[in-house]
Amino acid sequence: MPRTLLDKIWDEHVVYQPEDAPALLYIDLHLVHEVTSPQAFEGLRVAGRRVRRPDLTVATVDHNVPTADRHLPIADAIAAQQIATLRRNCREFGIRLFDMDSEYQGIVHVIGPELGLTQPGMTIVCGDSHTSTHGAFGALAFGIGTSEVEHVLATQCLPQRKPRTMAIRVNGKLPAGVSAKDLALGIIRTIGTDGATGYVIEYMGEAVRSLSMEGRMTLCNMSIEAGARAGMISPDDTTFSYLEGRPHAPRGAAWDAAIKRWQELASDEGAHFDRVVDIDARTLAPFVTWGTSPGQVVPVTDRVPDPAEAATEAERRAAERALQYMGLEPGTPIEEIEIDRVFIGSCTNARLEDLRAAAAVVRGYRVHPKVRAMVVPGSQQVKRAAEAERLDRIFREAGFEWRDPGCSMCLGMNADILQPGERCASTSNRNFEGRQGRGGRTHLVSPMMAAAAAIAGHFTDVRRWQFK
Amino acid sequence: MQPFRVHTGIVAPLYRPNIDTDQIIPKQFLKRIERTGFGQFLFYDWRYTSDGRPDPTFILNWPQYEGASILIAGKNFGCGSSREHAPWSLLDYGFRAIIAPSFADIFANNALKNGLLPVVLDESTVAAIAASAEATPGYQVTVDLERCEVRDENRIISTFTIDPFQRHCLLEGLDEIALTLQHEALIAAYEAKRNRV
Ligand code: SF4
Repeated sequence: MPRTLLDKIWDEHVVYQPEDAPALLYIDLHLVHEVTSPQAFEGLRVAGRRVRRPDLTVATVDHNVPTADRHLPIADAIAAQQIATLRRNCREFGIRLFDMDSEYQGIVHVIGPELGLTQPGMTIVCGDSHTSTHGAFGALAFGIGTSEVEHVLATQCLPQRKPRTMAIRVNGKLPAGVSAKDLALGIIRTIGTDGATGYVIEYMGEAVRSLSMEGRMTLCNMSIEAGARAGMISPDDTTFSYLEGRPHAPRGAAWDAAIKRWQELASDEGAHFDRVVDIDARTLAPFVTWGTSPGQVVPVTDRVPDPAEAATEAERRAAERALQYMGLEPGTPIEEIEIDRVFIGSCTNARLEDLRAAAAVVRGYRVHPKVRAMVVPGSQQVKRAAEAERLDRIFREAGFEWRDPGCSMCLGMNADILQPGERCASTSNRNFEGRQGRGGRTHLVSPMMAAAAAIAGHFTDVRRWQFK
Repeated sequence: MQPFRVHTGIVAPLYRPNIDTDQIIPKQFLKRIERTGFGQFLFYDWRYTSDGRPDPTFILNWPQYEGASILIAGKNFGCGSSREHAPWSLLDYGFRAIIAPSFADIFANNALKNGLLPVVLDESTVAAIAASAEATPGYQVTVDLERCEVRDENRIISTFTIDPFQRHCLLEGLDEIALTLQHEALIAAYEAKRNRV
């Protein structure tokens, strides 16, 4: 019978399939960070259990870390304690940690791929919903809670029901100025924030095939914002050339053997998907969210919608609430919305290609005097690579802050937060109330759109940008 | 995990779609390394004004919902991050069950692992329960996992479905890690087989 990519990875990882209960699924790679792990390690200690496969477990610090003045002790005592706790746990249980001073430290979903830890065909979990990012390599990668983190630490397995499958076919090519981020937002706009609940999405089609690995990661990253447990893309030459030579990628004969295996990782002709969605890439535009849910999104050339036109009563009320929180009037052209802050960062859009795209827009311009803008690279490696290309100079000379890697203002767990009422163009993935700081107003956009907004002081259509 | 069998309690209607984990428990409270004591931070930004006083416009601060243990919510409850702090804070506050038209996957999983029952009912039924809870002070329902039904003192409101394995674990309050460890020989055999290829 023809099988999907998910079927193939799934079948390969079932340790045991009891009748009438979830399969026991083997986990190839377990990524750990400081926020969702302390209670899991504590659980192990209380039960007298060990970590079954410390060699398949990798930790880093990202959510809490300061993005400036790293040489100073962390000012926030509770954050410092959480980081110290991870350090202690990693030492006690023998887990490799990319700590604050490591040249490989960074956002967990940025460092996994760039170290070559993330590979096609793997099962990958992390106590973090954006683990879906790693699916860009043709892996089954999904976020788990702390109880499951403990489960994987103790057993290297998880009891799982097989999810349903959804194929999202993106036909045609993305127009210039329309990025993987816009594609992700366009998909959420089409299927809704719970459109893929219970599903694993496989992205396919011409527009997806033409994406770089960075773009594919952006797309898979935001699968969770459509409710999906995971997003995946079958591996191809783009995947292989990204991986070749990375520190943890196979070498020599092992590399050749791996490529042969990986080439099998595509959905067979005629494989059954529970749902198929077609998207025409040519109809997409640069998007800007106007509300407090990623599905509340319109093209930059549109206006803030009128809640009265919402399809249901519940949506109307939600839209009214969102507009009130966002301080917006229905009918306002998106391009007239002025901003106070710009955040270029997060596991969605803080890789080298994202910084290049933003820098191309910024080159030769100055940040609008009313705007405070920052760039937070996704990892130390991204930061160094960007500096080698002198992207930091472009940003700095324009008036951007150039910071150290971490989650930063994506969720505002460290000192990088919005003040109440501040409006931010952000390349992150969630525009929830208070996400970037209590009372802060987040608009999700692509790196190019964020960069253009920083210069203009308001949203502007990057398709008309005068590149210098 | 504490078992869940049958629970009767006051219903609090927070009938909004897409209530995300940042609302359930804002990130500033995720730095704690304990599993307990999160109830005080539940819905923090909605419950308290910016100067730290209870916000009188938020329903959980209304006297008729004091002691509520069953939450009614709109679709896609618990969307957003994988933070298990969300169910921890709901439980610690006193909630035992949440009734909504749909739940985000990771949240539902996390809830089940902690003995907090997510009950999926269709949109109109959820709306009707929310309306009863708004109209009748102290309105209570019973969530019965043994019979898979939700009822009030007058009638059976609806039956619901739940994964039989999850139901079994909840009814018995099972430690899932211990269950998996019973298959340790199979895990070892799987690892040995994969090492050979
Ligand atoms: S960058 Fe944001 S979304 Fe990504 S892991 Fe960090 S906090 Fe989560």
